[in-house]
Amino acid sequence: MISKESVAHVAGLAKLAFTDDELQQYTNQLDEILNMVAQLETVDTTDVPVTTQSIHLENVMREDVAHNDTKIADLLENVPTKKGTLIQVPSIIDKEDD
Amino acid sequence: MTYLKQDLTSVHEALVNGSQTASSLLKATYANIEQVDADVQAFLTLNQEAATKQAAAIDEAGIPADQPFAGVPVGIKDNIVTKDLKTTAASKILGNFMPIYNATVVDKLHAAGAITAGKLNLDEFAMGSSTENSAFQTTKNAWDYTRVPGGSSGGSAAAVASGQVPMALGTDTGGSIRQPAAFNGIVGLKPTYGRVSRWGVIAFASSLDVVGSLTRTVKDAALTLNVIAGHDDKDATTADIPVPDYAAKLGQSIKGMKIGLPSEYLGEGVDPAVAAQVQKAADQFRALGATVETVSLPHTKYAVAAYYIIASSEASSNLQRFDGIRYGFRAEDVKNLEDVYVRSRSEGFGPEVKRRIMLGTFSLSAGFYDAYFKKAAQVRTLISRDFDQVFADYDFIIAPTTPTPAFKIGEKVTDPLTMYMNDILTIPVNLAGLPAVSVPAGFVDGMPVGLQLIGKQFDEATLLQAGDAFEQANDYVDQIPGGAN
Repeated sequence: MISKESVAHVAGLAKLAFTDDELQQYTNQLDEILNMVAQLETVDTTDVPVTTQSIHLENVMREDVAHNDTKIADLLENVPTKKGTLIQVPSIIDKEDD
Repeated sequence: MTYLKQDLTSVHEALVNGSQTASSLLKATYANIEQVDADVQAFLTLNQEAATKQAAAIDEAGIPADQPFAGVPVGIKDNIVTKDLKTTAASKILGNFMPIYNATVVDKLHAAGAITAGKLNLDEFAMGSSTENSAFQTTKNAWDYTRVPGGSSGGSAAAVASGQVPMALGTDTGGSIRQPAAFNGIVGLKPTYGRVSRWGVIAFASSLDVVGSLTRTVKDAALTLNVIAGHDDKDATTADIPVPDYAAKLGQSIKGMKIGLPSEYLGEGVDPAVAAQVQKAADQFRALGATVETVSLPHTKYAVAAYYIIASSEASSNLQRFDGIRYGFRAEDVKNLEDVYVRSRSEGFGPEVKRRIMLGTFSLSAGFYDAYFKKAAQVRTLISRDFDQVFADYDFIIAPTTPTPAFKIGEKVTDPLTMYMNDILTIPVNLAGLPAVSVPAGFVDGMPVGLQLIGKQFDEATLLQAGDAFEQANDYVDQIPGGAN
Protein backbone atom coordinates (compact mmCIF):
# COMPACT_ATOMS: atom_id res chain seq x y z
CA MET A 1 0.00 0.00 0.00
CA ILE A 2 1.56 3.28 -1.12
CA SER A 3 1.05 6.08 1.40
CA LYS A 4 -0.31 9.53 0.73
CA GLU A 5 2.99 10.92 2.03
CA SER A 6 4.97 8.91 -0.57
CA VAL A 7 2.70 10.17 -3.33
CA ALA A 8 3.22 13.75 -2.11
CA HIS A 9 7.00 13.14 -2.21
CA VAL A 10 6.79 11.83 -5.80
CA ALA A 11 4.65 14.84 -6.79
CA GLY A 12 7.45 17.08 -5.49
CA LEU A 13 10.01 15.21 -7.62
CA ALA A 14 7.75 15.52 -10.67
CA LYS A 15 7.13 19.26 -10.06
CA LEU A 16 3.38 18.75 -9.74
CA ALA A 17 1.07 20.20 -7.10
CA PHE A 18 -2.16 18.57 -5.97
CA THR A 19 -5.00 19.55 -3.67
CA ASP A 20 -5.59 17.25 -0.72
CA ASP A 21 -8.54 15.60 -2.50
CA GLU A 22 -6.51 15.08 -5.68
CA LEU A 23 -3.66 13.63 -3.65
CA GLN A 24 -6.02 11.09 -2.09
CA GLN A 25 -7.42 10.19 -5.52
CA TYR A 26 -3.95 9.75 -7.06
CA THR A 27 -2.89 7.68 -4.03
CA ASN A 28 -5.86 5.32 -4.56
CA GLN A 29 -5.28 5.05 -8.30
CA LEU A 30 -1.52 4.55 -8.05
CA ASP A 31 -2.11 1.92 -5.40
CA GLU A 32 -4.45 0.05 -7.74
CA ILE A 33 -1.95 0.30 -10.63
CA LEU A 34 0.97 -0.82 -8.42
CA ASN A 35 -1.08 -3.81 -7.25
CA MET A 36 -1.55 -4.82 -10.88
CA VAL A 37 2.17 -4.28 -11.54
CA ALA A 38 3.09 -6.43 -8.51
CA GLN A 39 2.45 -9.55 -10.64
CA LEU A 40 5.87 -8.93 -12.22
CA GLU A 41 7.41 -10.13 -8.94
CA THR A 42 6.27 -13.66 -9.77
CA VAL A 43 8.36 -13.75 -12.99
CA ASP A 44 11.80 -15.38 -12.67
CA THR A 45 14.21 -12.88 -14.21
CA THR A 46 17.43 -14.37 -12.86
CA ASP A 47 20.26 -13.56 -15.31
CA VAL A 48 17.79 -11.99 -17.78
CA PRO A 49 19.27 -8.81 -19.29
CA VAL A 50 17.19 -5.64 -19.52
CA THR A 51 15.81 -4.45 -22.87
CA THR A 52 15.84 -0.69 -23.35
CA GLN A 53 16.23 -0.69 -27.15
CA SER A 54 14.30 -3.27 -29.14
CA ILE A 55 16.19 -3.31 -32.47
CA HIS A 56 19.62 -3.74 -30.88
CA LEU A 57 21.28 -0.58 -32.12
CA GLU A 58 24.16 0.61 -30.02
CA ASN A 59 26.62 3.49 -30.03
CA VAL A 60 25.38 5.23 -33.15
CA MET A 61 28.20 7.58 -34.13
CA ARG A 62 28.27 10.65 -36.36
CA GLU A 63 30.78 13.31 -37.30
CA ASP A 64 30.95 16.10 -34.73
CA VAL A 65 30.11 18.90 -37.14
CA ALA A 66 28.57 22.15 -35.94
CA HIS A 67 25.30 23.22 -37.57
CA ASN A 68 23.73 26.63 -37.40
CA ASP A 69 20.42 25.94 -39.08
CA THR A 70 18.01 27.68 -36.74
CA LYS A 71 17.66 31.42 -36.37
CA ILE A 72 17.53 32.92 -32.86
CA ALA A 73 14.32 34.76 -33.78
CA ASP A 74 12.67 31.42 -34.69
CA LEU A 75 13.79 29.84 -31.43
CA LEU A 76 12.25 32.73 -29.49
CA GLU A 77 8.95 32.56 -31.37
CA ASN A 78 7.20 30.43 -28.74
CA VAL A 79 8.75 32.04 -25.65
CA PRO A 80 5.97 33.32 -23.36
CA THR A 81 7.81 36.55 -22.39
CA LYS A 82 11.14 37.88 -23.65
CA LYS A 83 13.37 40.95 -23.72
CA GLY A 84 15.34 41.26 -26.92
CA THR A 85 16.93 37.87 -27.48
CA LEU A 86 16.62 36.85 -23.81
CA ILE A 87 13.95 34.67 -22.23
CA GLN A 88 12.27 36.55 -19.39
CA VAL A 89 11.36 34.59 -16.24
CA PRO A 90 10.08 35.60 -12.80
CA SER A 91 12.67 36.39 -10.14
CA ILE A 92 14.26 33.27 -8.69
CA ILE A 93 14.23 34.67 -5.16
CA ASP A 94 10.85 34.41 -3.48
CA LYS A 95 9.11 37.78 -3.43
CA GLU A 96 8.24 37.37 0.27
CA ASP A 97 11.96 36.94 0.99
CA ASP A 98 12.91 40.27 -0.63
CA MET B 1 -15.49 15.02 -51.89
CA THR B 2 -15.91 12.00 -49.64
CA TYR B 3 -13.24 9.31 -49.67
CA LEU B 4 -15.60 6.59 -48.38
CA LYS B 5 -15.33 4.68 -51.66
CA GLN B 6 -11.90 5.93 -52.76
CA ASP B 7 -8.32 4.88 -52.22
CA LEU B 8 -5.02 6.52 -53.13
CA THR B 9 -5.01 4.79 -56.50
CA SER B 10 -8.47 5.97 -57.54
CA VAL B 11 -7.78 9.53 -56.32
CA HIS B 12 -4.45 9.55 -58.17
CA GLU B 13 -6.15 8.34 -61.37
CA ALA B 14 -8.65 11.18 -61.20
CA LEU B 15 -5.80 13.68 -60.80
CA VAL B 16 -3.74 12.20 -63.63
CA ASN B 17 -6.63 11.95 -66.11
CA GLY B 18 -7.67 15.50 -65.28
CA SER B 19 -11.17 14.85 -63.93
CA GLN B 20 -9.89 16.57 -60.75
CA THR B 21 -7.17 19.13 -60.15
CA ALA B 22 -5.33 19.28 -56.83
CA SER B 23 -7.13 22.58 -56.20
CA SER B 24 -10.62 21.28 -56.99
CA LEU B 25 -9.96 18.14 -54.96
CA LEU B 26 -8.79 20.16 -51.96
CA LYS B 27 -11.79 22.49 -52.13
CA ALA B 28 -14.17 19.54 -52.29
CA THR B 29 -12.26 17.85 -49.44
CA TYR B 30 -12.74 20.87 -47.16
CA ALA B 31 -16.42 21.14 -48.12
CA ASN B 32 -16.89 17.53 -47.01
CA ILE B 33 -14.85 18.01 -43.83
CA GLU B 34 -16.99 21.00 -42.88
CA GLN B 35 -20.10 18.86 -43.13
CA VAL B 36 -18.88 15.53 -41.71
CA ASP B 37 -16.57 16.82 -39.01
CA ALA B 38 -19.35 18.85 -37.41
CA ASP B 39 -20.41 15.46 -36.01
CA VAL B 40 -17.17 13.43 -35.94
CA GLN B 41 -14.90 16.19 -34.54
CA ALA B 42 -11.68 14.58 -35.70
CA PHE B 43 -9.82 17.76 -36.74
CA LEU B 44 -8.31 20.17 -34.22
CA THR B 45 -6.84 22.60 -36.78
CA LEU B 46 -7.39 23.03 -40.52
CA ASN B 47 -4.62 24.21 -42.83
CA GLN B 48 -6.85 25.75 -45.49
CA GLU B 49 -4.78 28.78 -46.51
CA ALA B 50 -1.36 27.12 -46.85
CA ALA B 51 -2.90 23.97 -48.35
CA THR B 52 -4.70 25.97 -51.03
CA LYS B 53 -1.41 27.59 -52.08
CA GLN B 54 0.31 24.20 -52.09
CA ALA B 55 -2.45 22.70 -54.28
CA ALA B 56 -2.15 25.56 -56.78
CA ALA B 57 1.62 25.03 -56.96
CA ILE B 58 1.14 21.30 -57.60
CA ASP B 59 -1.39 22.00 -60.36
CA GLU B 60 1.08 24.45 -61.88
CA ALA B 61 3.86 21.82 -61.88
CA GLY B 62 1.60 18.97 -63.07
CA ILE B 63 0.78 15.64 -61.41
CA PRO B 64 3.61 13.10 -61.98
CA ALA B 65 2.13 9.72 -62.94
CA ASP B 66 4.55 7.87 -60.64
CA GLN B 67 3.73 9.86 -57.46
CA PRO B 68 0.57 8.43 -55.85
CA PHE B 69 0.46 11.20 -53.21
CA ALA B 70 0.84 14.16 -55.57
CA GLY B 71 -2.03 16.55 -54.86
CA VAL B 72 -3.67 14.27 -52.28
CA PRO B 73 -4.93 15.85 -49.03
CA VAL B 74 -3.86 13.99 -45.89
CA GLY B 75 -4.37 14.36 -42.13
CA ILE B 76 -1.60 14.52 -39.53
CA LYS B 77 -1.98 13.52 -35.89
CA ASP B 78 -1.45 16.58 -33.73
CA ASN B 79 1.59 15.23 -31.90
CA ILE B 80 3.61 15.46 -35.14
CA VAL B 81 5.03 18.93 -35.61
CA THR B 82 4.12 20.99 -38.68
CA LYS B 83 5.92 24.25 -39.48
CA ASP B 84 3.72 27.33 -38.96
CA LEU B 85 0.70 25.09 -38.25
CA LYS B 86 -0.39 24.88 -34.62
CA THR B 87 0.61 21.59 -32.96
CA THR B 88 -0.85 20.89 -29.53
CA ALA B 89 -0.55 17.15 -28.74
CA ALA B 90 -4.15 17.80 -27.56
CA SER B 91 -2.72 19.38 -24.42
CA LYS B 92 -3.44 22.73 -22.82
CA ILE B 93 0.29 23.03 -22.15
CA LEU B 94 0.91 23.29 -25.93
CA GLY B 95 -2.38 25.05 -26.69
CA ASN B 96 -0.69 27.83 -28.68
CA PHE B 97 2.45 26.05 -29.81
CA MET B 98 3.60 27.00 -33.32
CA PRO B 99 6.39 24.71 -34.56
CA ILE B 100 9.32 26.28 -36.40
CA TYR B 101 10.11 23.13 -38.39
CA ASN B 102 8.42 20.08 -39.93
CA ALA B 103 8.73 16.53 -38.64
CA THR B 104 10.74 14.39 -41.09
CA VAL B 105 7.60 12.36 -41.96
CA VAL B 106 5.77 15.59 -42.87
CA ASP B 107 8.67 16.78 -45.05
CA LYS B 108 8.72 13.39 -46.77
CA LEU B 109 4.98 13.45 -47.46
CA HIS B 110 5.20 17.01 -48.79
CA ALA B 111 8.14 16.05 -51.01
CA ALA B 112 5.92 13.29 -52.43
CA GLY B 113 3.28 15.91 -53.20
CA ALA B 114 0.85 15.25 -50.34
CA ILE B 115 -1.02 18.25 -48.92
CA THR B 116 -1.58 18.61 -45.17
CA ALA B 117 -5.33 19.24 -44.84
CA GLY B 118 -5.18 19.61 -41.06
CA LYS B 119 -4.21 18.28 -37.64
CA LEU B 120 -6.10 15.47 -35.93
CA ASN B 121 -7.27 14.93 -32.38
CA LEU B 122 -5.66 12.45 -29.97
CA ASP B 123 -5.45 11.57 -26.32
CA GLU B 124 -3.28 14.22 -24.65
CA PHE B 125 0.37 13.39 -25.51
CA ALA B 126 -0.95 10.12 -27.03
CA MET B 127 -1.72 8.77 -23.55
CA GLY B 128 -5.00 6.92 -23.75
CA SER B 129 -7.13 4.46 -25.69
CA SER B 130 -10.27 6.46 -26.44
CA THR B 131 -9.23 10.03 -27.42
CA GLU B 132 -11.35 11.12 -24.42
CA ASN B 133 -8.14 12.45 -22.82
CA SER B 134 -7.94 15.28 -25.38
CA ALA B 135 -7.98 18.68 -23.68
CA PHE B 136 -10.09 20.09 -26.51
CA GLN B 137 -12.85 17.85 -27.89
CA THR B 138 -14.40 14.38 -27.97
CA THR B 139 -13.99 12.62 -31.31
CA LYS B 140 -16.72 10.14 -32.28
CA ASN B 141 -16.48 6.66 -33.76
CA ALA B 142 -17.33 6.81 -37.47
CA TRP B 143 -19.73 3.86 -37.09
CA ASP B 144 -21.59 5.05 -34.00
CA TYR B 145 -21.32 8.58 -32.64
CA THR B 146 -22.10 7.39 -29.10
CA ARG B 147 -18.93 5.27 -29.08
CA VAL B 148 -15.23 6.16 -28.79
CA PRO B 149 -13.01 6.12 -31.88
CA GLY B 150 -10.29 4.42 -29.86
CA GLY B 151 -6.97 6.03 -29.22
CA SER B 152 -4.70 7.58 -29.05
CA SER B 153 -4.86 8.17 -32.85
CA GLY B 154 -8.66 8.45 -32.62
CA GLY B 155 -8.87 11.60 -34.73
CA SER B 156 -6.75 10.04 -37.48
CA ALA B 157 -8.85 6.85 -37.53
CA ALA B 158 -12.23 8.60 -37.43
CA ALA B 159 -11.19 11.07 -40.18
CA VAL B 160 -10.20 8.25 -42.55
CA ALA B 161 -13.13 5.98 -41.64
CA SER B 162 -15.66 8.79 -42.15
CA GLY B 163 -14.21 9.55 -45.59
CA GLN B 164 -12.69 12.97 -44.77
CA VAL B 165 -9.14 12.13 -45.96
CA PRO B 166 -7.76 9.00 -47.66
CA MET B 167 -4.76 8.74 -45.32
CA ALA B 168 -3.79 10.07 -41.93
CA LEU B 169 -0.57 9.66 -39.99
CA GLY B 170 -0.77 8.31 -36.47
CA THR B 171 1.68 7.22 -33.79
CA ASP B 172 1.68 3.91 -31.94
CA THR B 173 3.31 3.48 -28.51
CA GLY B 174 1.12 0.66 -27.15
CA GLY B 175 -1.51 0.19 -29.85
CA SER B 176 -2.44 3.78 -30.69
CA ILE B 177 -2.68 3.15 -34.45
CA ARG B 178 -3.97 -0.44 -34.53
CA GLN B 179 -6.67 -0.13 -31.84
CA PRO B 180 -8.46 2.93 -33.36
CA ALA B 181 -8.08 1.37 -36.84
CA ALA B 182 -9.84 -1.76 -35.53
CA PHE B 183 -12.55 0.28 -33.78
CA ASN B 184 -13.26 2.21 -37.01
CA GLY B 185 -13.04 -0.66 -39.52
CA ILE B 186 -9.94 0.55 -41.38
CA VAL B 187 -6.28 -0.45 -41.85
CA GLY B 188 -3.71 0.66 -39.26
CA LEU B 189 0.00 -0.02 -39.83
CA LYS B 190 2.54 0.18 -37.02
CA PRO B 191 5.97 -0.28 -38.62
CA THR B 192 9.00 -1.83 -36.92
CA TYR B 193 10.58 0.42 -34.28
CA GLY B 194 13.19 2.55 -36.05
CA ARG B 195 11.77 2.01 -39.55
CA VAL B 196 10.28 5.53 -39.62
CA SER B 197 11.89 8.69 -38.25
CA ARG B 198 10.60 10.13 -34.96
CA TRP B 199 12.26 13.52 -35.60
CA GLY B 200 9.55 16.10 -34.88
CA VAL B 201 7.23 13.66 -33.13
CA ILE B 202 6.39 14.93 -29.65
CA ALA B 203 7.95 12.22 -27.49
CA PHE B 204 5.85 10.01 -25.21
CA ALA B 205 7.97 6.86 -24.68
CA SER B 206 11.07 7.03 -26.87
CA SER B 207 11.86 3.29 -26.92
CA LEU B 208 8.30 2.45 -28.03
CA ASP B 209 6.97 5.35 -30.18
CA VAL B 210 6.55 4.65 -33.91
CA VAL B 211 4.90 6.68 -36.70
CA GLY B 212 2.56 4.82 -39.05
CA SER B 213 -0.55 5.20 -41.17
CA LEU B 214 -4.33 4.88 -41.06
CA THR B 215 -5.83 4.08 -44.45
CA ARG B 216 -8.83 2.41 -46.02
CA THR B 217 -6.81 -0.34 -47.75
CA VAL B 218 -3.64 -2.37 -47.19
CA LYS B 219 -2.25 -1.13 -50.50
CA ASP B 220 -2.57 2.46 -49.28
CA ALA B 221 -0.64 1.49 -46.13
CA ALA B 222 2.13 0.10 -48.36
CA LEU B 223 2.19 3.23 -50.52
CA THR B 224 2.43 5.40 -47.39
CA LEU B 225 5.26 3.34 -45.89
CA ASN B 226 7.12 3.67 -49.20
CA VAL B 227 7.15 7.42 -48.60
CA ILE B 228 7.78 7.69 -44.84
CA ALA B 229 10.21 4.80 -44.16
CA GLY B 230 13.97 5.13 -44.01
CA HIS B 231 17.02 6.23 -42.08
CA ASP B 232 17.13 9.81 -40.82
CA ASP B 233 20.33 11.52 -39.67
CA LYS B 234 18.18 13.51 -37.24
CA ASP B 235 16.92 10.34 -35.49
CA ALA B 236 19.79 8.13 -34.34
CA THR B 237 17.34 5.33 -33.50
CA THR B 238 16.31 4.86 -37.15
CA ALA B 239 17.72 1.73 -38.78
CA ASP B 240 20.16 2.22 -41.63
CA ILE B 241 18.84 -0.59 -43.82
CA PRO B 242 17.37 -0.36 -47.34
CA VAL B 243 13.68 0.45 -47.88
CA PRO B 244 12.07 -2.08 -50.26
CA ASP B 245 9.03 -1.32 -52.44
CA TYR B 246 6.33 -2.34 -49.96
CA ALA B 247 3.74 -2.62 -52.74
CA ALA B 248 5.87 -5.09 -54.76
CA LYS B 249 4.53 -8.28 -53.14
CA LEU B 250 0.87 -7.24 -53.09
CA GLY B 251 -1.30 -9.63 -55.03
CA GLN B 252 1.20 -12.50 -54.77
CA SER B 253 -0.04 -15.80 -53.38
CA ILE B 254 0.50 -16.55 -49.70
CA LYS B 255 0.34 -20.28 -50.36
CA GLY B 256 2.71 -22.20 -48.11
CA MET B 257 3.08 -19.46 -45.51
CA LYS B 258 3.11 -20.57 -41.89
CA ILE B 259 0.96 -18.57 -39.51
CA GLY B 260 0.93 -18.77 -35.70
CA LEU B 261 -2.24 -18.15 -33.70
CA PRO B 262 -1.28 -17.54 -30.04
CA SER B 263 -3.66 -19.16 -27.56
CA GLU B 264 -3.03 -16.35 -25.03
CA TYR B 265 -4.68 -13.84 -27.42
CA LEU B 266 -7.98 -15.73 -27.52
CA GLY B 267 -8.39 -16.44 -23.83
CA GLU B 268 -9.81 -14.69 -20.79
CA GLY B 269 -11.06 -11.15 -21.34
CA VAL B 270 -11.46 -11.52 -25.10
CA ASP B 271 -15.07 -11.26 -26.31
CA PRO B 272 -15.98 -14.73 -27.70
CA ALA B 273 -17.63 -13.06 -30.69
CA VAL B 274 -14.32 -11.28 -31.47
CA ALA B 275 -12.41 -14.55 -31.05
CA ALA B 276 -14.88 -16.20 -33.45
CA GLN B 277 -14.08 -13.60 -36.14
CA VAL B 278 -10.38 -14.39 -35.71
CA GLN B 279 -11.02 -18.13 -36.06
CA LYS B 280 -13.01 -17.36 -39.19
CA ALA B 281 -10.05 -15.35 -40.50
CA ALA B 282 -7.73 -18.28 -39.72
CA ASP B 283 -9.96 -20.52 -41.87
CA GLN B 284 -9.78 -17.97 -44.69
CA PHE B 285 -5.98 -17.98 -44.52
CA ARG B 286 -6.09 -21.79 -44.71
CA ALA B 287 -8.34 -21.51 -47.76
CA LEU B 288 -5.71 -19.21 -49.30
CA GLY B 289 -3.13 -21.98 -48.93
CA ALA B 290 -1.42 -20.99 -45.68
CA THR B 291 -1.15 -23.19 -42.61
CA VAL B 292 -2.40 -21.82 -39.29
CA GLU B 293 -1.32 -23.48 -36.06
CA THR B 294 -1.79 -22.65 -32.39
CA VAL B 295 1.34 -21.24 -30.76
CA SER B 296 2.16 -19.90 -27.30
CA LEU B 297 3.49 -16.52 -26.13
CA PRO B 298 3.60 -17.40 -22.43
CA HIS B 299 4.64 -13.97 -21.03
CA THR B 300 1.75 -12.11 -22.68
CA LYS B 301 -0.09 -11.66 -19.38
CA TYR B 302 2.79 -9.58 -17.97
CA ALA B 303 2.93 -7.17 -20.92
CA VAL B 304 0.49 -4.55 -19.59
CA ALA B 305 2.31 -4.30 -16.25
CA ALA B 306 5.74 -4.05 -17.90
CA TYR B 307 4.46 -1.55 -20.44
CA TYR B 308 2.92 0.86 -17.95
CA ILE B 309 6.15 0.97 -15.94
CA ILE B 310 8.40 1.42 -18.99
CA ALA B 311 6.19 3.82 -20.96
CA SER B 312 5.37 5.94 -17.90
CA SER B 313 9.02 6.10 -16.84
CA GLU B 314 10.09 7.30 -20.27
CA ALA B 315 7.18 9.74 -20.34
CA SER B 316 8.05 11.23 -16.96
CA SER B 317 11.53 11.92 -18.29
CA ASN B 318 10.41 13.22 -21.71
CA LEU B 319 7.77 15.51 -20.23
CA GLN B 320 10.24 17.26 -17.92
CA ARG B 321 10.87 19.66 -20.81
CA PHE B 322 7.45 21.24 -20.30
CA ASP B 323 8.42 23.80 -17.68
CA GLY B 324 6.69 26.99 -18.87
CA ILE B 325 9.97 28.71 -19.73
CA ARG B 326 10.86 28.43 -23.42
CA TYR B 327 7.51 27.51 -25.00
CA GLY B 328 4.02 26.39 -24.13
CA PHE B 329 1.67 27.40 -21.36
CA ARG B 330 3.05 29.48 -18.46
CA ALA B 331 0.89 29.97 -15.36
CA GLU B 332 0.15 33.56 -14.36
CA ASP B 333 0.75 35.37 -11.06
CA VAL B 334 3.68 33.18 -10.08
CA LYS B 335 5.92 34.03 -7.12
CA ASN B 336 9.23 32.53 -8.22
CA LEU B 337 10.87 30.16 -10.69
CA GLU B 338 9.88 26.98 -8.83
CA ASP B 339 6.32 28.26 -8.91
CA VAL B 340 6.54 28.69 -12.72
CA TYR B 341 7.47 25.03 -13.10
CA VAL B 342 4.96 23.57 -10.66
CA ARG B 343 1.98 25.76 -11.51
CA SER B 344 2.53 25.64 -15.31
CA ARG B 345 2.76 21.85 -15.23
CA SER B 346 -0.10 21.38 -12.78
CA GLU B 347 -2.45 23.68 -14.71
CA GLY B 348 -1.18 22.63 -18.17
CA PHE B 349 -1.29 18.81 -17.97
CA GLY B 350 -4.53 16.81 -17.81
CA PRO B 351 -5.27 14.06 -15.25
CA GLU B 352 -4.08 11.02 -17.27
CA VAL B 353 -0.78 12.68 -18.19
CA LYS B 354 -0.20 13.54 -14.52
CA ARG B 355 -1.04 9.95 -13.54
CA ARG B 356 1.61 8.60 -15.92
CA ILE B 357 4.21 11.17 -14.85
CA MET B 358 3.55 10.15 -11.23
CA LEU B 359 3.80 6.40 -11.98
CA GLY B 360 6.98 6.93 -14.01
CA THR B 361 8.63 9.22 -11.48
CA PHE B 362 7.82 6.70 -8.74
CA SER B 363 9.21 3.77 -10.80
CA LEU B 364 12.49 5.59 -11.39
CA SER B 365 12.87 7.01 -7.87
CA ALA B 366 15.54 5.95 -5.40
CA GLY B 367 14.72 2.65 -3.72
CA PHE B 368 12.12 1.57 -6.28
CA TYR B 369 14.13 1.49 -9.53
CA ASP B 370 15.22 -2.17 -9.26
CA ALA B 371 11.82 -3.47 -8.21
CA TYR B 372 9.90 -1.59 -10.89
CA PHE B 373 11.81 -0.18 -13.88
CA LYS B 374 14.57 -2.79 -14.01
CA LYS B 375 12.15 -5.67 -13.44
CA ALA B 376 9.85 -4.40 -16.20
CA ALA B 377 12.81 -4.04 -18.61
CA GLN B 378 13.81 -7.67 -17.88
CA VAL B 379 10.26 -8.91 -18.47
CA ARG B 380 10.36 -6.99 -21.74
CA THR B 381 13.28 -9.22 -22.79
CA LEU B 382 11.24 -12.35 -21.99
CA ILE B 383 8.32 -11.04 -24.06
CA SER B 384 10.68 -10.43 -27.03
CA ARG B 385 12.12 -13.94 -26.66
CA ASP B 386 8.61 -15.44 -26.83
CA PHE B 387 8.16 -13.82 -30.24
CA ASP B 388 11.66 -14.88 -31.40
CA GLN B 389 10.81 -18.50 -30.64
CA VAL B 390 7.57 -18.38 -32.63
CA PHE B 391 9.22 -16.58 -35.56
CA ALA B 392 11.84 -19.33 -35.81
CA ASP B 393 9.06 -21.52 -37.22
CA TYR B 394 6.36 -19.14 -38.48
CA ASP B 395 6.19 -16.30 -41.05
CA PHE B 396 3.81 -14.18 -39.01
CA ILE B 397 1.23 -14.24 -36.22
CA ILE B 398 -2.50 -13.47 -36.32
CA ALA B 399 -4.55 -12.32 -33.34
CA PRO B 400 -7.43 -10.02 -32.46
CA THR B 401 -6.38 -6.34 -32.36
CA THR B 402 -8.65 -5.58 -29.39
CA PRO B 403 -10.54 -7.71 -26.84
CA THR B 404 -13.87 -6.02 -27.71
CA PRO B 405 -15.34 -3.67 -30.33
CA ALA B 406 -15.48 0.08 -29.54
CA PHE B 407 -16.97 0.92 -26.15
CA LYS B 408 -19.31 3.79 -25.26
CA ILE B 409 -18.05 7.33 -24.67
CA GLY B 410 -17.69 7.79 -20.90
CA GLU B 411 -17.83 4.06 -20.17
CA LYS B 412 -14.20 3.54 -19.09
CA VAL B 413 -12.65 6.98 -18.76
CA THR B 414 -13.12 7.14 -14.98
CA ASP B 415 -11.38 3.79 -14.44
CA PRO B 416 -7.72 3.99 -15.57
CA LEU B 417 -6.91 0.32 -14.93
CA THR B 418 -9.81 -1.01 -17.03
CA MET B 419 -8.76 1.35 -19.81
CA TYR B 420 -5.14 0.09 -19.60
CA MET B 421 -6.26 -3.55 -19.88
CA ASN B 422 -7.92 -2.72 -23.20
CA ASP B 423 -4.42 -2.54 -24.75
CA ILE B 424 -3.35 -6.05 -23.71
CA LEU B 425 -3.30 -7.43 -27.28
CA THR B 426 -1.36 -4.56 -28.87
CA ILE B 427 1.25 -3.72 -26.19
CA PRO B 428 3.54 -6.80 -26.58
CA VAL B 429 4.32 -5.77 -30.18
CA ASN B 430 5.66 -2.39 -29.03
CA LEU B 431 7.74 -3.92 -26.27
CA ALA B 432 9.38 -6.22 -28.85
CA GLY B 433 9.70 -3.50 -31.53
CA LEU B 434 7.81 -5.59 -34.11
CA PRO B 435 5.72 -4.45 -37.09
CA ALA B 436 1.98 -5.13 -37.02
CA VAL B 437 -1.03 -4.20 -39.09
CA SER B 438 -4.70 -4.23 -38.12
CA VAL B 439 -7.07 -5.06 -40.97
CA PRO B 440 -10.89 -5.16 -40.92
CA ALA B 441 -12.16 -8.64 -39.97
CA GLY B 442 -15.92 -8.27 -39.91
CA PHE B 443 -18.43 -7.03 -37.38
CA VAL B 444 -19.78 -7.82 -33.92
CA ASP B 445 -23.15 -6.25 -33.12
CA GLY B 446 -22.72 -3.86 -36.03
CA MET B 447 -19.32 -2.58 -34.89
CA PRO B 448 -16.05 -3.35 -36.73
CA VAL B 449 -13.50 -5.86 -35.44
CA GLY B 450 -9.79 -5.83 -36.32
CA LEU B 451 -7.46 -8.71 -37.16
CA GLN B 452 -3.87 -8.06 -36.15
CA LEU B 453 -1.00 -9.44 -38.22
CA ILE B 454 2.31 -9.37 -36.34
CA GLY B 455 5.60 -9.87 -38.20
CA LYS B 456 9.33 -10.19 -37.82
CA GLN B 457 11.34 -7.00 -37.38
CA PHE B 458 11.62 -5.10 -40.70
CA ASP B 459 9.40 -7.65 -42.50
CA GLU B 460 6.49 -5.29 -43.17
CA ALA B 461 6.41 -6.56 -46.78
CA THR B 462 5.16 -10.02 -45.74
CA LEU B 463 2.51 -8.53 -43.43
CA LEU B 464 1.24 -6.24 -46.18
CA GLN B 465 1.20 -9.09 -48.70
CA ALA B 466 -0.82 -11.28 -46.33
CA GLY B 467 -3.07 -8.41 -45.18
CA ASP B 468 -3.81 -7.56 -48.79
CA ALA B 469 -4.64 -11.20 -49.60
CA PHE B 470 -7.05 -11.28 -46.64
CA GLU B 471 -8.62 -7.98 -47.68
CA GLN B 472 -9.16 -9.26 -51.25
CA ALA B 473 -10.81 -12.43 -49.91
CA ASN B 474 -13.44 -10.36 -48.05
CA ASP B 475 -15.80 -7.49 -48.77
CA TYR B 476 -15.23 -5.71 -45.44
CA VAL B 477 -13.49 -2.79 -47.15
CA ASP B 478 -16.72 -2.04 -49.05
CA GLN B 479 -18.76 -1.58 -45.85
CA ILE B 480 -19.53 2.08 -45.24
CA PRO B 481 -20.02 3.54 -41.76
CA GLY B 482 -23.02 5.60 -40.77
CA GLY B 483 -22.14 7.13 -37.41
CA ALA B 484 -25.53 8.71 -36.77
CA ASN B 485 -27.38 5.39 -37.15
